[in-house]
Amino acid sequence: MASSGTLTPPKRSKSGSKGSGKAPGRQAGGGSAPRKPKSRAPVTAETLAAKQRDISVSEFFAKNRHLLGFDNARKALLTTVKEAVDNSLDACEEAGILPDIYVELRHLPDIAEDRFIVIVQDNGPGIVRRQVENIFGRLLYGSKFHRLKMSRGQQGIGISAAGMYGLITTGKPVMIISKTSKKKPAHEVVLKMDTSKNKADVVSDTEHPEDDELFPHGTGTRVEIEMQGKYFKGSRSVDEYVELTAIANPHARFEYASPPTSAMPKGERRVYERSVSELPPTPEEIKPHPHGIELGTLIGMVERTDQRQLGGFFSNEFCRIGPKVAKQIASSAGLTPHSWIKSIDHAAAEKIYKALQETRFMAPPTNCLAPIGVGTILKGLQRGLDPDFITASSRPPAVYRGRPFIIEAGIAFGGNMPADEPAQVFRYANRVPLQYQQSACASFKAALETNWKNYGMQQPRGSLPVGPLVIMVHMASVWVPFTSESKEAIAEYDDIRAEMLLALKDCGRKLKTYLNKRAQIKRAGERRLVFQRYIGEISKACHELTGTDQEPLYNALLRTAQRKTAEMDKTLTQDGKLVDGKDKLERDESVFIKDVVAPESEPDRPRSGAGSPDPTGETLFGDDEPKPTTTKRKTKKKAKKKVRKKR
Amino acid sequence: MAKKKTTTKKRPAKKHATKKAPSSKGPAARKTDKATSARLEKLASDVVRTSMAHRDPFLDVPTRTLSNTSYNKSRRMLQMGSATARRNLFDLKMARKFMQSMLLASGCKSLIDAEKTLSLRGMYYKCLHTIPGTKEKTLDDQSESDGVLEDLEVTIGSLREELHVYADKRGDLVGNMTIIDAGDEIDLRRMGSGGYSIPSIVEPSVIQFKKCEADFILHVEKNTVWQRFNEDKFWKKHNCILLHGGGQPSRGVRRLLRRMNEELGLPVYCLLDCDPWGHYIYSVIKQGSINLAYESQRMAVPDAKFLGIRAIDYERCELSDDVQIALNDRDTSRAKQIADYPWFAQNRAWQLEIKKMLSNGFKMEVESLITKDISYVTETYVPERLAAGDWLD
Repeated sequence: MASSGTLTPPKRSKSGSKGSGKAPGRQAGGGSAPRKPKSRAPVTAETLAAKQRDISVSEFFAKNRHLLGFDNARKALLTTVKEAVDNSLDACEEAGILPDIYVELRHLPDIAEDRFIVIVQDNGPGIVRRQVENIFGRLLYGSKFHRLKMSRGQQGIGISAAGMYGLITTGKPVMIISKTSKKKPAHEVVLKMDTSKNKADVVSDTEHPEDDELFPHGTGTRVEIEMQGKYFKGSRSVDEYVELTAIANPHARFEYASPPTSAMPKGERRVYERSVSELPPTPEEIKPHPHGIELGTLIGMVERTDQRQLGGFFSNEFCRIGPKVAKQIASSAGLTPHSWIKSIDHAAAEKIYKALQETRFMAPPTNCLAPIGVGTILKGLQRGLDPDFITASSRPPAVYRGRPFIIEAGIAFGGNMPADEPAQVFRYANRVPLQYQQSACASFKAALETNWKNYGMQQPRGSLPVGPLVIMVHMASVWVPFTSESKEAIAEYDDIRAEMLLALKDCGRKLKTYLNKRAQIKRAGERRLVFQRYIGEISKACHELTGTDQEPLYNALLRTAQRKTAEMDKTLTQDGKLVDGKDKLERDESVFIKDVVAPESEPDRPRSGAGSPDPTGETLFGDDEPKPTTTKRKTKKKAKKKVRKKR
Repeated sequence: MAKKKTTTKKRPAKKHATKKAPSSKGPAARKTDKATSARLEKLASDVVRTSMAHRDPFLDVPTRTLSNTSYNKSRRMLQMGSATARRNLFDLKMARKFMQSMLLASGCKSLIDAEKTLSLRGMYYKCLHTIPGTKEKTLDDQSESDGVLEDLEVTIGSLREELHVYADKRGDLVGNMTIIDAGDEIDLRRMGSGGYSIPSIVEPSVIQFKKCEADFILHVEKNTVWQRFNEDKFWKKHNCILLHGGGQPSRGVRRLLRRMNEELGLPVYCLLDCDPWGHYIYSVIKQGSINLAYESQRMAVPDAKFLGIRAIDYERCELSDDVQIALNDRDTSRAKQIADYPWFAQNRAWQLEIKKMLSNGFKMEVESLITKDISYVTETYVPERLAAGDWLD
């Protein structure tokens, strides 16, 4: 299974490779044979056969580049950056390096208005010289396709397709500079793709020790692709991609240099600093789950396995089949665990398949998944948006078609987001932002389907809620079911959408609690000043009625008012529902509430750390340090109500 | 507005020389004013005392709800119980009301001192201002000051009139009687088509009965019906006093009914719609309202009779289907509520009446009798009922 077969499968393939069973020629011939009713030379199978030949994958995609996300010049830029950054992040994480990624779009208006060089550089492990051609020059070549392990890239199409696109549109080759260790000099390879052969020709291959300074950490890869492109800002732009990626990957540092525009003639350089200094846990690779395969796949596996007996086949090629269950399956297929693999023919395979389907198995192991994590989502959303309230929810692992997945959702509310526009939906798959085909995506549909009115938001019928809201949905899986090769929308499996809905509902409930508290606190805060507001009126009325002096009466009432208010604060903190409820929300690790510094707080009064105006993440809950609720509450008692009640 | 002028004029007039008004009224009124002033002052000085002692100032306001209202069987009227609700200043929910109470108390005191009166609306404006340093107004709308004023009345045990506040006029009157209103002699037989409009304050200090020839009082629900009776000169033919209260009768109307009933010995008959609201109007005239139970003894007319419209009249008078107005859910629940009031609960005739209305499933207005004939109600219906002594008590 791990050994990749030949690269002949025409295009899409299911989880397991089927090996070299099929003749590719037939398929091509079936599609292209012209049926001419003319009475020229008689068309025989022989003459047809002469025209039938292998189609290279590269050729296929060169003609169908829209399938890969290169439909237009604008999208091409985005797809290229995306593929390169995805590869870089995957490489860094697999090598256990905290990613440090540099992205540049260099405009070349002197050559052509639509000419760009896309530069992506990382501090990853680098690429060994002999693999460079394969990785950057061949389509469907990679480490990620054949394994069941969570990673950003899946098929091994992306970056080579970008190089191919560059070559087609500009005729310029791809330049790769890679440094694999401190001792070795940086190696520069210039590649030109040969689409008909699905391989790359090396144009030049030189060592460039002077490029070493590009990689201060000692290793790394830099790709430069010249291509036709169109640069825009706004939604579905490269800018947005970098920002969204930064949100889902707070452990990475991004530096992004955008090309000059009329508004910014020098371009812009943005840096997204790392806010989490730990790498996400490395996902494990898993074997296929018995419910995740189809009959053909099973037959392929039987043909290719090294195992000689059925029992060994089950326990080594699948997950979740122990010897006991293996015996049970074998017997219900009319075989035994000692049956020889060689003896299994098609009929037997069908029986085995049926038995597999009918048996109940444990859900696949989930250590192959590395969800972003609630705390990290909070930090990511905070870094990107600086909202008033964030909550996140991470669902327990679930399974679709035998493949485990985890849905995570996050909601950011308030801050500087526009209050009268529909909410934004940030969609992610394996930490990669999805920017196109929003309405076809299961995440978007789940966001639509959620009844946000229940959670205190306005929601016009059949559309997204309106308000200062960002909805984030992330699917982590060993195999994300995209609707197309360009990886833009998650397909709608019921299991997936149900999980998404549950995650969003979980977030929605917390949002509702927060909104309620906010309204309640606001009301209570307003009332808190009521005593002081009314005693003036009362002392005046009493003066008019009895002739008592206003001043001493006012002062006496004021003192009582302050004492009463302090008492009330105390009781409310200790047993009042109001403060207790809020604390519960604050203690919730999946919630972040931005502290707002009360404008009229006295500067000399010591304030708890929670009120610190530093917005960078020190006020976050959960991860690094426990929330200082106790200290805060003590301070509350001491502090005047104004300070406390302004949140 | 006209009323306001007459009342404000009244007091200076008394001071100079009590020409027409009996001289005893002046000192009596002054005495009440003094007493009211003293009560207001006491209210405030209590608040001052607790405040200066750094305690939480409060007002004990008698509760004006059904639960604190009892039906006194022997006196046949509603009475307010002794339950009070303490209104504290230092309570988030009550602070504003407390402030408003003090504000209105001070406002009434200044009215008494100035010997002037104001309408409810006027009182609202008098106490309306923005609290210094905030954007909050002392009162949101008139209903707030009206409610607080009623609370103030019960708290200090003074009537609205004694606080120098009056309500809008409502209701008209005509009949075989001569009265003196603020010193002016008024012949209620010569009121033309409009009638004498009943002022808000009808206390003996303002209105005295001079000469009465009428045998009874007919109270009808609203102006349209009253016009019908006046145009047909019903009161002349049957020698009665005819008045309406414009729906739910105001305190002035009820007080006048009570005074005429008590001082002149005139029986009161009511001609009201056959619906829960008509029934409740009758109930209010007869034994007082829940909201103003503390005033029942001054206003209730326990002898008042309910002449119609009765639920059986649809069949009895052979009315057409067109007069039916279907009962909606609110009507039905209100009718059941009324049937459960203790003063109705033990009255068999009334239980039957309400049951009949509910089983009919529709209500009828007095005007529905017009479908028979324009003057059917004045020429046939009421005289027949009166002659037969057919009414509900």
